[in-house]
Amino acid sequence: MVREAALTAASRPRVTSQTSNMLRFLLVKLAQLVPTFIGVTIVAFAFIRLLPGDPILLMAGERGISAARYAELQAQFGFDRPLVVQYWDFLKGLLQGDLGDSLVTHSPVTGEFFSRFPATLELSLFALAFAVIIGLPAGVLAATRRGKLLDHTVVGVSLTGYSMPIFWWGLLLIMFFSGTLGWTPVSGRISFMYFIDSVTGFMTIDTLLAGNWDAFLSALHHLVLPSIVLGTIPLAVIARQTRSSMLEVLGEDYVRTARAKGLSNFRVIMVHTLRNALISVVTVIGLQVGLLLAGAILTETIFSWPGIGKWMIDAISRRDYPSVQGGLVLIAFIVMIVNLLVDVAYGVINPRIRH
Amino acid sequence: MALLDIEGLSVRFQTSSGLFAAVEDVDIRVDRGEVWSIVGESGSGKSVSMLATMGLLPWTAQVTADRMEFDGRDLQQLSARERRRIVGGEMSMIFQEPMTSLNPCFTVGTQIDEMIKQHKGGNRKERHERALDLLAQVGIPDPARRIKAYPHQLSGGMSQRVMIAMAISCDPRLLIADEPTTALDVTIQAQILELLLKLQEETGMALILITHDMGVVAETARNVIVQYAGRQVEKQAVKSLFASPRHPYTEALLSALPERASGQDRLPTIPGVVPGQHDRPTGCLFNPRCQYVTEHCREVAPVASPGDPARTLCHYPLGSPGDATTPDDVSPGDLPPAPSDSDASQSEVRP
Repeated sequence: MVREAALTAASRPRVTSQTSNMLRFLLVKLAQLVPTFIGVTIVAFAFIRLLPGDPILLMAGERGISAARYAELQAQFGFDRPLVVQYWDFLKGLLQGDLGDSLVTHSPVTGEFFSRFPATLELSLFALAFAVIIGLPAGVLAATRRGKLLDHTVVGVSLTGYSMPIFWWGLLLIMFFSGTLGWTPVSGRISFMYFIDSVTGFMTIDTLLAGNWDAFLSALHHLVLPSIVLGTIPLAVIARQTRSSMLEVLGEDYVRTARAKGLSNFRVIMVHTLRNALISVVTVIGLQVGLLLAGAILTETIFSWPGIGKWMIDAISRRDYPSVQGGLVLIAFIVMIVNLLVDVAYGVINPRIRH
Repeated sequence: MALLDIEGLSVRFQTSSGLFAAVEDVDIRVDRGEVWSIVGESGSGKSVSMLATMGLLPWTAQVTADRMEFDGRDLQQLSARERRRIVGGEMSMIFQEPMTSLNPCFTVGTQIDEMIKQHKGGNRKERHERALDLLAQVGIPDPARRIKAYPHQLSGGMSQRVMIAMAISCDPRLLIADEPTTALDVTIQAQILELLLKLQEETGMALILITHDMGVVAETARNVIVQYAGRQVEKQAVKSLFASPRHPYTEALLSALPERASGQDRLPTIPGVVPGQHDRPTGCLFNPRCQYVTEHCREVAPVASPGDPARTLCHYPLGSPGDATTPDDVSPGDLPPAPSDSDASQSEVRP
């Protein structure tokens, strides 16, 4: 009786200790982000200044600029101060949520970034959905048919997809599906026929909010090719990771136990094997998010997609220091947050991490 | 009619250098409620023959048998779906590595529940009650708490108890235990064996215990099959096997038991290892390690004499066939008679 009471008493604080474990896990992960973030600000700040070229000279163009005017502009933008001071100002502004104004448009960098970011995010999400919806089943099927034709096909195609330059692949698809077949639009987010008020910045959601079904279909139509192009490399990576992870788990003792229980093949594969294989696949999917945001730069340029990729390219070519360093820091910040979410998801899937 | 009736079981694996016969011509006949042991070194094909019976071998394995019946049903003729109904339900198995045999992603309760749901059905509450009962039955303290535990929170012994609870959850008529104690501490080993025997007695299920430990055989089994390099070399009731082994391999295994080696400085061993795929000798497979080997053994593969109840696979069996008792001579429930007063019912002596 006394022992029972002691057990119940002991089991209660255990629940709270599990919750605090999760909280501590999160806090540690967050604390680990701080040095990474400081490193990112240094790299972002230094990167654009290491590139040859001068924003003021580029602004002046071919006519040139007098030395006096040049010095005046330098002072105006603060480029005449020591780099350390400039960096310190950048960091101070950053902590207050102020990334400065663009040298080109003279409007705040954060505003410019977040007005374009939904377009990139929408494209990346569709690309990721494409990659996961095709890549995961392809990897599972390849693993269950190891050594058969389907397996070789999946491995071969994903190797090809992984090795293909994005810009070349994009141009090929445009030439064939948009040019020869005329099935898909060549560029842009939506047909010029539609004028949709931006509410969320997501074209697919805004068209639905506006109740314009045709515009929604047009937006989807415009997403098809860019999503395929952007999703190709993640698709290849996810398919290969799923396949190898499944093959590894299929050899585990507990999969044999599942078979020994008389479970159907479907249940053995989809529940007992896939659940464990997903642990490493989720990590890889999370890493793809960073690659998608980076890869979007090329894809957006090919498809004239008005997202941050295209904006960054323009900013770099104009040596727009505040836009480039601010854009880089914001992208890095988003990638870090996504990675944190992946870590949390990892804990949810894998009970050994959670407890 | 025997519960499990296997004759001429062979398992070959497709390897890069051709077919490898892991198990050849093995006969197993287990009646209801019997306790059998299959003993042999690593590589003797004990696990493979049982995995073949359960249908758990990878696709690279080719399984053939003259007869492979469970409770009168031909396992080779059944559809995959029909066979799954037997596997797990009427015939279940536990494995050597309890720590890796449970799925790390699911709680103990979920994994037991899944098995009951598959074979017995019932609503969630009934299945939960049953799972709690089972955990208590296999000696897990505080089942209500343990049922929510994940495998990594359990020790090896606890995991094996959970595996046993799962294996007996659908009241199987045959439980195959593949070296269930090898990965465990010695003290836990004894507990697990005791538990298996207790459950066997309570439920009346048949038990096949695969082991490489002659000590375990002596403590648990009534009847023993000795396997060597995929071949069944001898089959006897446990008492007569210990008293008068017929095959030189069995004799060598027994003399390596510490209990039998008192007064000697060193424990006797069997020199060499079980031949693998590429170094199988001609003639008798045991001849390179046999202390009684002759030229004849090196050239001609032995066959069991039909008059030998132990079905000894040897040209020169030890002792006389009359000393051997087979499980068939023993009425279930009786202890096998000691060799000295054995009634040699099949005393047909080889010419």
